[in-house]
Amino acid sequence: MVPKDCRYAKTHEWVKVENGVATIGISDHAQDALGDITFVELPALGKVLVAGKECGVIESVKAASDIYAPLSGTVVEVNTSLNLKPEIINSEPHGNGWLLKLTNVNESELAQLLDAPGYEHQLENE
Amino acid sequence: MKQTILYDAHCALGAKMAPFGGYAMPIQYTGILAEHDACRTRAVVFDTCHMGEFYIRGEHSVADLESLVSCPVADMKEGTCRYGYLLNNAGGVLDDQILYRMSTDSFMMVVNASTAPADAAWIQSHVSAHTMFEDASDRTAKIDLQGPLSAKIAAKISEKSIESLAYYSFINSSFESIPLLISRTGYTGEIGFELYCDVSAARKLWDLLIALGAEPAGLGARDTLRLEMGYPLYGHELNATRNAQWAGFHKALAVDKTFIGAQSVRNAAIQTHSLVGIMLSDRRSARDHDALVNNEGVVIGEVTSGSYSPSCGCGIALGYVENARALVGTKIGIQTARGVLPATVEKLPLYKQATGKKKLKEFL
Repeated sequence: MVPKDCRYAKTHEWVKVENGVATIGISDHAQDALGDITFVELPALGKVLVAGKECGVIESVKAASDIYAPLSGTVVEVNTSLNLKPEIINSEPHGNGWLLKLTNVNESELAQLLDAPGYEHQLENE
Repeated sequence: MKQTILYDAHCALGAKMAPFGGYAMPIQYTGILAEHDACRTRAVVFDTCHMGEFYIRGEHSVADLESLVSCPVADMKEGTCRYGYLLNNAGGVLDDQILYRMSTDSFMMVVNASTAPADAAWIQSHVSAHTMFEDASDRTAKIDLQGPLSAKIAAKISEKSIESLAYYSFINSSFESIPLLISRTGYTGEIGFELYCDVSAARKLWDLLIALGAEPAGLGARDTLRLEMGYPLYGHELNATRNAQWAGFHKALAVDKTFIGAQSVRNAAIQTHSLVGIMLSDRRSARDHDALVNNEGVVIGEVTSGSYSPSCGCGIALGYVENARALVGTKIGIQTARGVLPATVEKLPLYKQATGKKKLKEFL
């Protein structure tokens, strides 16, 4: 499942920009590869993220993985329902399993991310 | 990469496969959390055909095994099993094993897959000329049936009654007229059985157990289940360079016989560290090789296995700490790349509600 209305980082995060706000999550492929997700650490509200830099941690039963910011921007919201139910990321990676929202995004960075066919192509070659 | 006889069954079930002990093994089918829960509350089957089975036979077999394995052998009754180590002279663990006494002078030894070839060579080089050694791993299939509902399933397939089967004992039974050894052992803490048959019957047994309600579970859940019980995993808690006395499984170390490594494991002067259970304060988990630290940040030990515990709902770990820090209730820290996680030394098992040692008839 690679929704067409998102852009993708090579590190398997998706981003969707609506009205100047970027919503960020991890791809269906990423959640499947991680397995059962048990813990998420997200950045503080107001934190300024830099594209390509780590901004959080996702732990599954067997491993911890960094989350990388696909875009630069300021954190305006984090998905607090993941604190108690991180498994939502497994069941709805593109829906209720979103991770965080950014404002002040740099739209020129968006164009550098993969579109859905480009991300599918990357998955095929992994 | 080797495959077990059940490889096609795993692929048909959509398992995620990964290398373990030289074999392509199922890590999970539906998910580690769901399979873990199935074992704690219902019944699961694990493919453990990768493990090694040896036969050691002959009138000197008892004397040879007394020297080779760390647990007492001579007093084992026929039809019972015992856990012990193969040690080197320095007291390091070459492997952990379960010994089955088949008759007065015949034993089956069950060992780990990755260590089986070296174990076989070690044993053959240490037994007397008249003792017969057979590596039966390739002709022996092993399937673990575990969980509170496993007793009913085992009773259905077994053509001999399992009612009086005590913990760590076994019977030579059969299913559909095919010989089947059933032992009341396992690696999950729950009521359960390890089943051994000829490889030619493995698929039939696997399919039958699933048809009777056992759910397939992979090595991922097997690891979280054993970790909650504080059971050691070779290559993590046990290895050839760490002295077996540190692990603290005293029943595995006989006190009144000589065996290879005995002098080292009885040397109190090198008993500096102990294996402990560790409970974290939240869902965040420790990982293998994370350092254990005191409240000044000084390293006092190392994590050997760490994971999220599905049954406890928090991170858990096993690790070695300096003896002074090994007391239950001691507050310690786990140094991770992103900071120190608070944790407490906890009595084993970390999961206290397991059914494994309860009376079998309560589950029939």
